[in-house]
Amino acid sequence: MIAIIDYRAGNLTSVQRALAFIGQDSVITSSPREVLAAERIIFPGVGAAGTAMFDLMRLKLDTALVEAYGQGKPILGICLGTQIVMEQSEENQTRCLGIIKGEVRRFPDDIYEQDGPKLKVPHMGWNRLNLNREHPLFAGIDPQSEFYFVHSYYPAPKKKRDILGETFYGISFASVLALDNLVAVQFHPEKSGRPGLRLLSNFCLWDGKDHA
Amino acid sequence: MLSKRIIPCLDVRDGRLTKGIKFKGNVDIGDPVEMAAFYYDEGADELVFYDITASYERRDIMIETVRKVAERIFIPFSVGGGIRTVEDMRLVLLAGAEKVSINSAAIRDPSLITKGASAFGSQAIVLGMDVKSVTPSDRIPSGYEMVIDGGRTFTGLDALAWAKEGERLGAGEICLNSIDADGTRKGYELHLTKLIATHVNIPVIASGGAGSIHHIYDVFAEGMADAALVASITHYGTHTVKEIKSYLHEKGIKVRMRW
Repeated sequence: MIAIIDYRAGNLTSVQRALAFIGQDSVITSSPREVLAAERIIFPGVGAAGTAMFDLMRLKLDTALVEAYGQGKPILGICLGTQIVMEQSEENQTRCLGIIKGEVRRFPDDIYEQDGPKLKVPHMGWNRLNLNREHPLFAGIDPQSEFYFVHSYYPAPKKKRDILGETFYGISFASVLALDNLVAVQFHPEKSGRPGLRLLSNFCLWDGKDHA
Repeated sequence: MLSKRIIPCLDVRDGRLTKGIKFKGNVDIGDPVEMAAFYYDEGADELVFYDITASYERRDIMIETVRKVAERIFIPFSVGGGIRTVEDMRLVLLAGAEKVSINSAAIRDPSLITKGASAFGSQAIVLGMDVKSVTPSDRIPSGYEMVIDGGRTFTGLDALAWAKEGERLGAGEICLNSIDADGTRKGYELHLTKLIATHVNIPVIASGGAGSIHHIYDVFAEGMADAALVASITHYGTHTVKEIKSYLHEKGIKVRMRW
């Protein structure tokens, strides 16, 4: 069973609907016990880092997530979930889970398209990934595929090897993180058409091992 | 870099599709769920559903449509029309829409934008703007006035001032519809689109007037739009979404070509 972590951070039904479409049962839960009993975990989220961490701690899901990571369970972070796995966020000066070393930063106000106009923040819409290496989660996905993003903050890992993929939006930022049994994506696979569904399918089959 | 988005707009009444020309004489062209799945397969980047159901009692039909669409397509879609309260927004978002679009209700009560943004995030709140060209005046310095009730009622609000105010109040995106251009198939209102797109820091979806593939190029290249709403041009088979995208791609506009 796949546990979708519910910490009151946004609408989780779209992730569940995408899983249902690819034939995967899932449970939306805020119980640490259920999270630790699950075979794999999806950690989504929309909203602000400060409130998210507050709710995770209140529900004791912060320690459950770190424990599940330590047990080697496959974990997929999405959007805010991806930022929360970092050490800290500029957003509300929040201390986060610290599974991946580094911080979460806001896009600068003065970013520009290459010789073009000023870019708007949030970064919202379809953009590409440049993968630094192969990974089971991206098996069979055309490298030219685009994914749907909506965010004003981005993760900045300290170690280059934790960055699986990067995206360019005025600056190059880490849009896919990978560390052992954790993969975290800044975009929304559940809203990214077929390539997104393929990533979710790959996640559902993944043994949690990163062969890099 | 971000791709420019092509967004088919589907008008829905009582759970069925319509396409209005100048908001009059709507004809029924089918099932919104089937049409959504069709556009999803064709490479649409997003969809907009505009609910023109007249009676409030039949709104639950729309919620059911949203739920069915959300089970079939996995790209963002927004729902507009008849959304007047935070509770209306909640129902539509829970049913699976990514965004809600508010228009007249936001003019009548601007705090609705802020309330929606704090409850669901700015990314979920699209400010729909129906705009008519007028002679510039002290009250309407931009020469574009906000209208409501399908273009019948002038509000005395300047469109540029309202766009900036909408952004300040928490809207995450603007869907900008020119009533003058809507249904004419003579092209988007480029001057209006550029004016708004270059004065706000949130994405602008241009709407109203697309009749040819060149118009869509123009609204990106000249109008500086982030996305283009299309309706009759794709609904009646003049061009497919794929043809539109291939053309834009050849002309150097970045669009999503793999789906």
